Amino acid sequence: MRDYTNEIIELIRRTSTDLPPDVEKRLRAAVKMEAPGSAARGALETIIKNVELSRKNSSPICQDTGTPIFYVRHPEGWSTRQLKQQIRTALAEATKKSYMRPNAVDSVSDKNSGNNLGGDDFPYIHFEEVEGDELTIELMLKGGGCENVGAQYSLPDNRLGAGRDLAGVRKVVLDAVHKAQGQGCAPGILGISIGGDRGSGYVKSKEVLLDAIGTRNKDPKLAELEGRLTGEANQLGIGPMGFGGMTTVIDTKITDLSRLPASYFVTISYMCWAYRRRKITVKGDQVSYD
Amino acid sequence: MISVNIPISDNVIRELKVGDPVLLNGVMITGRDTVHKWMIETFIRKTREPQTDDLRVYEALKPILMGGIIYHCGPVVSGLDTKQYKFVAAGPTTSIREEPYQADVMKHFSIKGVIGKGGMGSKTLKGCEEVPGVYFHAIGGAATLIAQSVTKVLGVYKYEFGVPEAIWVIEVKDLPVVVTMDAHGQSLHKGVEEHSATVLAELLAK
Repeated sequence: MRDYTNEIIELIRRTSTDLPPDVEKRLRAAVKMEAPGSAARGALETIIKNVELSRKNSSPICQDTGTPIFYVRHPEGWSTRQLKQQIRTALAEATKKSYMRPNAVDSVSDKNSGNNLGGDDFPYIHFEEVEGDELTIELMLKGGGCENVGAQYSLPDNRLGAGRDLAGVRKVVLDAVHKAQGQGCAPGILGISIGGDRGSGYVKSKEVLLDAIGTRNKDPKLAELEGRLTGEANQLGIGPMGFGGMTTVIDTKITDLSRLPASYFVTISYMCWAYRRRKITVKGDQVSYD
Repeated sequence: MISVNIPISDNVIRELKVGDPVLLNGVMITGRDTVHKWMIETFIRKTREPQTDDLRVYEALKPILMGGIIYHCGPVVSGLDTKQYKFVAAGPTTSIREEPYQADVMKHFSIKGVIGKGGMGSKTLKGCEEVPGVYFHAIGGAATLIAQSVTKVLGVYKYEFGVPEAIWVIEVKDLPVVVTMDAHGQSLHKGVEEHSATVLAELLAK
């Protein structure tokens, strides 16, 4: 197996310093929704200016370069041990180049490792064997501010009058958006998983964010709820940065997992506007970037 | 745009109102979670004995913070090996985590301005009235843009806290912020929270 460390460093650079086109397009559209001269519009204009400048300078869009989460899908026969080592080497190198902030802090001693490597699970790498002959490595950088406003509800929720059905799901998601206010760097993107256990719920609520902005769930009932939640979240008027305004959420994505008869979890991962995700694909000798 | 120089006088602070766009100029420090906890435990509540260079750093910070600003920011900094520090990315972090400490820290050091994002709560708002001080909101995630306003890194204290948590002394020129909490008890965040709570109640009743 050849060494992909340099390609992974480039993947990290691209992820941290540029927004995916679908996210940027949605943010640009949002500018026009806000009243001229409003704080909300000013915030979005600053956001766009910053994206352009970061791309030009190859510098991080946000100083919180986030939790690096890698999703590796590999054909049969690849060494996940070697891939993990290459990812770790690349991440330390990308940190040296200031594409990433040193973000791995020991939870007991409070020491920052200085190179974004912390124990076996930082960065977190998901491996999955897939059919075909393509290897893909996808990277999501999720900032701490938005991760902190994520939430998990166990239905029924008496306070909100939320039962164990999609109507209940709607209520708890709106509650989570309200609680987040501007603290998750609105306008955000909601990743929601229904069902599962507490752990799998959070994993899937992040994974569902990997789909392009505007992609709807195949189940018409969930697709409808996705659209409705985006619309109703925007009625809350929290707005960009929590300044008040029309755009609080730019997209909502729902996935579902089987659950135990006793459990009905709704898990919400809130992604900030600086939704940084990029992918590389390796096929034979060819390496391509999205 | 209102241009404000640091240190800031009480008169200038009292003139600032929620919604005012401001460009900040002068010397300030960064300080976030670890710094606030360290200040409170070591110098304010004194539940922890000063260690290593704590007292020396305290004395060095006092004149900078008198009438000055603390910025909730964990920057990306280049030149770490050579100590030729440069801010590469330097947007604000979420301020609400400092809510238990902020008002006491402001009062202790006579800090007139706090920069962050997401706003703060009632304890800090009351602190802003008493000190007097204001909360300046910077645009979260606009890190490259804000780093361009940092013209010089004058030094760093408590480097052992790690790059994001260390106390960086910086000189800024025209750092763009908006006043969202003022010295007269007004808070944009309180208003938005209350309005959205009313809408939420309506939506939940559907």
